[in-house]
Order: sequence, then structure tokens, then C-alpha cells
Amino acid sequence: MSGEDEIVIEVHGLSNSFGEAVIHDGLDLEVKRGEILGVVGGSGTGKSVMMRSIIGLQRPDAGEVRVFGEPMLDRDESELQGIRKRWGILFQGAALFSTLTVAENVQVPLREFYPRLSEKLLDEIAAYKIVMVGLSPDAGPKFPAELSGGMRKRAGIARALALDPELLFLDEPTAGLDPIGAAAFDQLIVDLRERLGLTVFLITHDLDTLYTICDRVAVLADKKVIAVGTIPELLALDHEWIQEYFRGPRGRAAEEAMEAEAEARTAEANGGTER
Amino acid sequence: MNAAMSSVARFTDTQEEGRRVLRFQGDLTLPRLGVLPNRLDRLKGRDFLIDLSGVGRMDTIGAWLVHRTARERGGEIVGADPSLTTLLQQVEKADQPVKVRPDPPAPFQRVLDQLGSATVEAGRTFVGLLGFFGAMLISIGFVFRHPRRFRINAVVQRFEVVGVHAFGIIGLMSFLVGIVIAQQGAVQLRQFGAEVFTVNLIGRSSIKELGVLMTAIMVAGRSGSSFAAQLGSMKLAEEVDAMRTIGVSPMEALVLPRIFATVLMMPLLGFYAAIVAIIGGGIFCWISLDIPPVTFVQRMREVVPRTDLWQLLIKAPVFGLIISLAGCFQGMQVKSDAEEVGLRTTTAVVQAIFLVIVLDAFFAVFFTEIGWL
Repeated sequence: MSGEDEIVIEVHGLSNSFGEAVIHDGLDLEVKRGEILGVVGGSGTGKSVMMRSIIGLQRPDAGEVRVFGEPMLDRDESELQGIRKRWGILFQGAALFSTLTVAENVQVPLREFYPRLSEKLLDEIAAYKIVMVGLSPDAGPKFPAELSGGMRKRAGIARALALDPELLFLDEPTAGLDPIGAAAFDQLIVDLRERLGLTVFLITHDLDTLYTICDRVAVLADKKVIAVGTIPELLALDHEWIQEYFRGPRGRAAEEAMEAEAEARTAEANGGTER
Repeated sequence: MNAAMSSVARFTDTQEEGRRVLRFQGDLTLPRLGVLPNRLDRLKGRDFLIDLSGVGRMDTIGAWLVHRTARERGGEIVGADPSLTTLLQQVEKADQPVKVRPDPPAPFQRVLDQLGSATVEAGRTFVGLLGFFGAMLISIGFVFRHPRRFRINAVVQRFEVVGVHAFGIIGLMSFLVGIVIAQQGAVQLRQFGAEVFTVNLIGRSSIKELGVLMTAIMVAGRSGSSFAAQLGSMKLAEEVDAMRTIGVSPMEALVLPRIFATVLMMPLLGFYAAIVAIIGGGIFCWISLDIPPVTFVQRMREVVPRTDLWQLLIKAPVFGLIISLAGCFQGMQVKSDAEEVGLRTTTAVVQAIFLVIVLDAFFAVFFTEIGWL
């Protein structure tokens, strides 16, 4: 398969500003194939703006963005289509098309990129994707307005996964979910990564998610990515915000929960399925 | 297995040792599937041996195709390496009866169903509109007793949006309508040598009917629709709920200012429209019929009774009330999604224009009865 440390997303010298307000100033970031990278940062540090710059919804003032080794800026629409086929995106509010049913939402990218698929196969794909993301089997013909917040997120991820992408962008996937739903969602992402070899770019504030599923965490502060690494690596850094973030009462609770779980897991001691 | 890397998905269908063998090769991934699904659909026969040993990469869609073939045709899958096996298991686990499309009701039932829901809906809208009118009256009563609650700033702001901003378009429209009436009237009246009566036609129809009616239609399109869309979006964003919990009555803060502004602006706009229509007609008379402006104005004062103006000034606020009421009512009915905002906006405009025209007919009969010919 692909090389060990292949870089899927490469951001170099990214600068963004809205009028007077400078959001990013010379931001660098690399995401490796097959990893789950968590992105954290205080409110308003430009996490979503960074994601939007990477996926081409926000034109940066300066800098370079490469996805799958291909430059994203100043490209033709037709060239970008080839890249868009290979990623899936879950927006913060799920961004389901409100006039389409859940099943139709899942089928939109399939129809758009692969118009030759038969209706029967499209329906079958929508059906198993709906089950895979943990929606109830009768959710297919429902409209987004009829779903709860958590169900909408799941439907959103079903749509993001419609093309079996290599790269998944998730913007606060567990925000607004109850702890059970959030834990199930974390598990879903891990499962998908193992099953499909996904690379996941994950913006989150959920410390449990960071501890349980992220391989590395990128910290956004002072208009830059100030540190990237595993949580122990980050904890070793002497940065006020990082310490406060992970060492605060919530951070400690998540850490303890994770340690307890790790112990339980070693007790079970079943072989890893990592490739 | 690496030999088959990055190649198009394909399969061979052979007979080996008394069994049909489907041998898949290449990458069973969505971009590389090509015509494979169609070929699989056309396959005849049962009890295949499905050999995956030649498969490079596979995604869930490829796994689904293999799984489906095995399930529907009673096949047996061999030669899958561990990662393919996990994928197949995952897909198998996800293979459950799922409803993808809503049940289509029987055609006859559907007609009855739609007819029934439309009737119920119409009744509900009527009752709802009446209820809304009542709530508005109560709210007005409350504001009357507590004048400080009256949001004068909001009303003035609406004056600008509903009234001042509409001046340009309503002026242009009325001017053109005036010219058209004058021109059409002159052509017909010329046959009787009664061209001079064009002035009567312009003056009376503009002031009595067209000025206010065209204004009402324009205001319904401009302001009624925007009321519905604004309030609808605010309801979707839970702004209206937030207001309620803070103790601000949406009726007072959102609906009343809009209704007041429209009711007050309509007579002004209607009068303005009538005057501009008369100016348009006058200019046409001057240019084509050689009726000089002085004569035109003099004649206008002779033939247009004051009651025509009263009719305009009575009808306009009522139309304004209907337009703003329909707009606000429809906006406040929005519950589910963005599509509903659009539908409600359309309904608000259609309802407003329809009600305005129906009421206009009533007014015409009424004014004739009381002798305001």
C-alpha cells in the first residue's frame, strides 16, 4: 500500500484575515496518512477557518495548501473535483440538505460523481451506510427536520462516507451529543479508520474524544499551530494554555477515564487489528 | 495480490470442477468499479464460488457488491485476506432491511388524502388568521394601556423599509400605469370623439382603484414577503423562543411594529401612487392629445369628487393591515426547515393579494350602495 509516513494534508505559511482581524499568520500543519489528528484551540482561534482553507471554501491571504500532494489553491474546478471525490466532510451543523431525505442525502455525492450507478445499487448503498453509522433502519425516508441533533450528525457522517473517502474532515462531531452518543460516535470513527484506513482531521473540544481516539493533537493558538503531538508530548510542553486545557478539572477527568479504560483493555488483551 | 494494484475491477466467470467460479480481480473500489455492477446484475445462475484472491484493494461498496452477490445467489466466498474478511463482515452486519423511500400511497387514496389535508389546512389557516388577528388586538389593547411598551423605534425603522424604500418602484410603476390608462382610454374614446373624457378616466380610476390596488400588490410583494421570511427565519433560529423566555412578547416586538408601519404607510403610498399615475396620464394627454397641463388639472378638479379620495384613504389602511397580518402570520407559522420559510413566504403574498382583491370588490359594492359613485 502507500508509504509509511505519507503526508495527506500539508499546510504551509497559511495566513487568513477578515478585514482588520488576523486569524492565522504563517500557520503550518501536516497530517499523515491513517492518523486521527485532533485540532484544539480556544474559541475564535480559527479552527473552522483552517478547515475551510484546507477544503477550499475560504481563500487564504497567503500560504500553500496541499491535499494528497496536490496544491489546492489556484486550481481549476475540474481538477479539484478529482480531489473532492477522495474526501468527506461533516460540518458543524451536519449541513444536510433539508429538502432531501436522509437516504437521498447519502446518495447526492454518489450521483454527482458516479452518475452511472444504478438506482438499485444507490438504494442499497444508502441502506447499508445508514446502518453502518448507527441510524435506525427506518431513518432512510425521513427528512432532516424530523431527526434529532445526534441523528442528524450520524446522517451527516453517512453522507461524508458515501464515497468511501480516504480523508475525513469532522468539525466538532460530538458537540451537542449526549455522553453515550458521543462515546458511540468516537467508537464509530475508530472503527471506520481501522476498516477503511481513513485519515481523519478532527476539530473538537471534547477532551474524551481527544484522549480516546486521537493519535496526535494539534494546538492552535497565537494565530499558529503552536504544537503537534500525542497528548503526553503536549503535556510535557511548558505552555500556559496547553497546561490549562489538559490539566484543568475536565482534562484530568478525561485522562483518568482513559487510563482506567486502557487498564481494562490490557486485561482483555486481544490482539490489535492495526495494519 | 500486489500485482493487481491500481487496476480496474473485473471478474471472470468460469466453470471449474463442476462449479461456477467468479474470480474477482483488480481494485474493488468505487472509482475503479466501471461497469462491474451492471455485469454482476446481468449474471445468471446460482451457487457460485467467489474467489477474492486476486483482489487488491476493496472499499465498502466493493464489499457490498461481493456480499450481495453471495447472498442473493447463494455463493461461497474464498480467498479473502483478513482485511477483506473484516470489511465483508462489517458490510454483512450492516445488511439489514432498511427503508430507503417513503411508501407510495395508492393513487386514489392519495387524491383523497391531498384533498382532505388541503381542506383541513385551509380551515386551519382561516381559524389561525382570525386567532392571530385577535391576539394582535389584545396586544394593541395592552400597548394602549402601557404606552411605554410601544416600540416607536422599531415602527420608525419599518416606516423606512416599507414606505420610503418603496417610493422609487411604486412611483415608476404608477407613472407607467397612468400612461397606459391614458393611452388605452384615448384610443377607445376617440371613436366617439370623446377624447377629452380621458381625463375623467385617468383621474377617477387612479384615485379610486388603481393607485391603491397596485400599491397593495407591490407592498405585498415587497414587504409582506419580507415579513414572512424574516419572522420565519427568526423562528427557525429559535430567536422568537428566546424572546419569549426573556419576557419580550414577539407580538409586541415583531408583529405590531410591522403592522403599524404598513397600516400607516399604505395610505401615503396609495395617495402618492395615484398622484404619480395622474401625472403620467397628464403628460400623455399633453403630448398626444394636446391637452395642456393647466386644462388637465382644471378638468381633473371638476370631474373627480372628493369621495374618491375618501375611498382611497379608507381602503389603503385596511389593505395594509391585511398584507402585514398575512405576512406576519405566515412567518410565525414556520416550524421545521428552510423550505418551509420559502413556502410560507409564497403563501403570505398569495393570501395577501387574494384577500386584498376580494375586499376591494366588497368595498366597490359598499361605496356604490352608500352613494359614493
